[in-house]
Amino acid sequence: MDPTDRRYTKEHEWVKIEADRAVVGITHYAQDQLGDVVYVELPNIGDHVEMMKPFGVIESVKTASDLYSPVTGEVVDINAVAVDEPQVVNDAPYEAGWLIKVKPDDPSEIESLMTAQQYADMIGVS
Amino acid sequence: MAFVPLTADEQQVMLREVGVDSVADLFVDIPEHVRFPQLDVPPPLTEIEVVRKMAALAARNQHIGQLACFVGAGAYNHYIPSVVGHMMGRSEFYTSYTPYQPEMSQGTLQSMFEFQSLIADLFEMDVANSAVYDGPAALAEAVLMALRITRRDRVVLAGSVHPEYRAVVSSYLDGRGVELATSEVELRDSGLEERPIVDLLDDRTACCVVQQPDFFGNIADLGAIAERCREVGALLVYVVAEAISLGLLKTPGAWGADIAVGEGQSLGVSLSFGGPWVGLMACKQEHLRQLPGRIVGATTDQQARRGFVLTLQAREQHIRREKATSNICTSQTLLALGVTVYLSTLGPEGLRQAAALSHKKARAGAERIARLPGYRVLNRGPFFNEFTVLCPTDGAFVRARLLERGIIAGYPLGRDYPGLQNALVLCCTERNTAAEIEQLANGLASCVS
Amino acid sequence: MTEPLLSELSRPGRVGQRFASPEQCRGAVDDLPPELLRGELPLPELGELDVVRHFTHLSTMNHSIDAGFYPLGSCTMKYNPKVDEDVARLPGFAQLHPYQPEESVQGALEVMLELQRLLAEITGFAAVTLQPAAGAQAELCGMLLIRAYHRERGDLKRSKVLIPDSAHGTNPATAAMCGYSTISIPTDSHGNVDLGRLKEIADQETVGLMLTNPNTLGLFEQEILEVTETVHRAGGLVYGDGANLNAILGAVKPADLGFDVLHINTHKTFSTPHGGGGPGCGPVAVRDVLEPYLPKPVVARRPSGELYLDWNRPRSIGKLKGFWGHFGMMVRALTYISLQGGSGLREISEAAVLNANYLRARLSGVYDVPYDRICMHEFVASGRSQRQYGVRTLDIAKRLIDFEIHPPTVYFPLIVEEAIMVEPTEAENKDTLDRFADVMLQIAREAEENPEIIHQAPHNRVVGRLDETTAARRPVLRWARVPAQAASAPAY
Repeated sequence: MDPTDRRYTKEHEWVKIEADRAVVGITHYAQDQLGDVVYVELPNIGDHVEMMKPFGVIESVKTASDLYSPVTGEVVDINAVAVDEPQVVNDAPYEAGWLIKVKPDDPSEIESLMTAQQYADMIGVS
Repeated sequence: MAFVPLTADEQQVMLREVGVDSVADLFVDIPEHVRFPQLDVPPPLTEIEVVRKMAALAARNQHIGQLACFVGAGAYNHYIPSVVGHMMGRSEFYTSYTPYQPEMSQGTLQSMFEFQSLIADLFEMDVANSAVYDGPAALAEAVLMALRITRRDRVVLAGSVHPEYRAVVSSYLDGRGVELATSEVELRDSGLEERPIVDLLDDRTACCVVQQPDFFGNIADLGAIAERCREVGALLVYVVAEAISLGLLKTPGAWGADIAVGEGQSLGVSLSFGGPWVGLMACKQEHLRQLPGRIVGATTDQQARRGFVLTLQAREQHIRREKATSNICTSQTLLALGVTVYLSTLGPEGLRQAAALSHKKARAGAERIARLPGYRVLNRGPFFNEFTVLCPTDGAFVRARLLERGIIAGYPLGRDYPGLQNALVLCCTERNTAAEIEQLANGLASCVS
Repeated sequence: MTEPLLSELSRPGRVGQRFASPEQCRGAVDDLPPELLRGELPLPELGELDVVRHFTHLSTMNHSIDAGFYPLGSCTMKYNPKVDEDVARLPGFAQLHPYQPEESVQGALEVMLELQRLLAEITGFAAVTLQPAAGAQAELCGMLLIRAYHRERGDLKRSKVLIPDSAHGTNPATAAMCGYSTISIPTDSHGNVDLGRLKEIADQETVGLMLTNPNTLGLFEQEILEVTETVHRAGGLVYGDGANLNAILGAVKPADLGFDVLHINTHKTFSTPHGGGGPGCGPVAVRDVLEPYLPKPVVARRPSGELYLDWNRPRSIGKLKGFWGHFGMMVRALTYISLQGGSGLREISEAAVLNANYLRARLSGVYDVPYDRICMHEFVASGRSQRQYGVRTLDIAKRLIDFEIHPPTVYFPLIVEEAIMVEPTEAENKDTLDRFADVMLQIAREAEENPEIIHQAPHNRVVGRLDETTAARRPVLRWARVPAQAASAPAY
């Protein structure tokens, strides 16, 4: 099962609150479906992202997907390693392969998202 | 000729396999009242007849081998070495398709990679794609690219950019809420003058489009424009309609262009009454992800052998659909092959010669015409292989008179620049002879009444 | 054996072609200020024979129609008659400048006018423009025509383009280029547009529907008249993507099905060569109400009989393409249609459809065919039942290469899992079709018995499967520098 310390979207992103930051990435299932990630396009630090609106793009050789933000707020950090070495998203989607950090307008917003168990149920049936 | 090779017996066997009685049964999904309509299309011709028919149509044209050609204006009568046609004529190239299966398409893929390399080096830009439809389409795509990169909504075009290029940009931008500003070109006593384009640039401007040499043949110092672009954060989009000029002139990259586009027809592609040709497109590395069109990259197989693949495909329509950089999926591959053969055959010396000779002849022509009573050369500074001449009478009329003498006397400017009804843009290439230039001068002299 | 790059073959000082002696060039550019001139010109330096050997070797690394079967679905890889090439190379066509005076190009304008008339007749429309460079530019043209139509009627709130989920990617990309949003229409269980959904969605914001018919499943829309009528009732227009026109030549005129605009790919239907990925040529045929908006100029005839280019088209969408379009392709298409004649056109579609159905019949059962009904010129199978042996559609495609057969289109349309889209075309004989079917059946057996041989395919090409991931992660898009040129290279 996916880590239980975070929440999940139906578009296969995860979000984890660390102090006053929300860390965002894609799930293990998502990276597996994409295959080898070749490119990640992320917003700029200071950009505003909105819950369930696209904030970037992730590409493999044969497909590309929008990235949806699980939270509303200001981008305070992006993962330069994921940009330079996108392999890290495949290798460690929940740790070193995170994508952006957001200062959320309302941290409780993420409680509407799925728990690890609910996400597991969703990908189990889909 | 019979194009359908199935025999009647084979058809019967196949119909049985499919499980229907007749071929017509395969079309039952088509509404009956519109199925198998009458076609008012003449009966088939034999190959003998069709060659006769088409040759007769061709014979109703006067081709440039029969005329002294002094028209350029975006289409240039340069010599095409024989080898170019022979290589393009190999059916392994022309009867294949987009290299979707790289293992079966290394010939096409490697030649596309070589094309990209040649264009990047010719322009002195970081990266080139493997071509788009033509110069005007390349410019339209470059402008769309600049709008995406800067997220601004204003485009500034020099009035000395080829009118067809400007028209295509305008069509592509229709309905997108983009403001198009064009600098004006005026006829002064001293010659043609373009209002300074730098005055039109502001912090809403996505890009500034200039052409070098411009539509009137001028070569300008673009330093101030490039600097102003940097100041306001606009991209410099640089158009090369006459690619032979790159054998001689300072390059888009050296001038600081962000995106460089051009028409590759000059480089070994037949005129063919306007197409098919090949649009060149290159940019700075930082804009690569916004570059539309096919792009080929080098890689290796499991045995570390070098090979080539279509790459960065996630930019493209078949993957990204409505979010693609463009809908384009053609790379004019065969014409790009022609350019690749041409440039590799000429090499640096051949290309420099083509450029130098074209300029030398244009200069001789301009000097000769400037001495004719009633004619005036309107270029105020250096020009490459085209120059603009003010005639004593309507340019189109002069052209019609000279056609009677077997001369195509340039491009009349009246339709595109209403104040320049009497002006012609004339062009020379390495093919023009001194005798032809004399013929042209005599013809022009005869139009003075 | 792989082939070196031109840059690797280059030797400083080697010359392939000169136009004059260095002396004749001396002083040629003395008048130009040095600050306007370029520095080095890093092109490769080769002899003409080097160039010939290089490209001849490269050509042998290609598969082509002339070399073998090429059943690439949706691309209509049919034989390109040789005489078309000869005709297009006649100096009276190939050596015309687009800005020659009109009186000197009457034959060329006649070619365009005649081709326009024939295409209009074949498709049932009122008028045709030949200007678009290819299918995708033709789509842009068609959608701009539709926009002009709505705009002139003051119908300004239409902003949504309806596109079936089976459509080519160019359709949504084109709609987006026009600044429209897109709505995807699902496909029903018979492979048709889901008419119920269409009726719910089509409304006063609908610009139109972009529809390929036969669709990308190779199936003729069984309720086509109701589909087009639904869009018209909502005030939208129907754009026809003519990619699959080959299937219905002489069998039906698309205008009779309710289409308002249709683009034609001459490189598919009328056998102008694909050229390794271009040039194409994308004429657009329209109903009379759209005729005033066609790109300018249009070829017209004066009362005297003389042909001219008419620029006086105030309602035109303007210009989409430099000059008049891909004239060289128009010459080939006219030659092809003249050879076929009216009767031949119908024979084309009949044989194309029979060939596709024959292959469908021979392969179904061993390969899944998700919409297994009478198809048109192509059908979509699926490699999904081979997945149980660890063999994917990609592997099947690569194994076909070992038999000198170009793989079908794979993984398209997107709505079919592990899609294998087969379009044999009318040009192939039964022996070729049987061999393809036999090979496909053999590969299905291998998937069960010896999947390793499939996974390692292709075995006999100059390279094996290439590392596309590294190619995309670390793009190498040009060669390293060409070796320095001879110091003696004249700068004139």
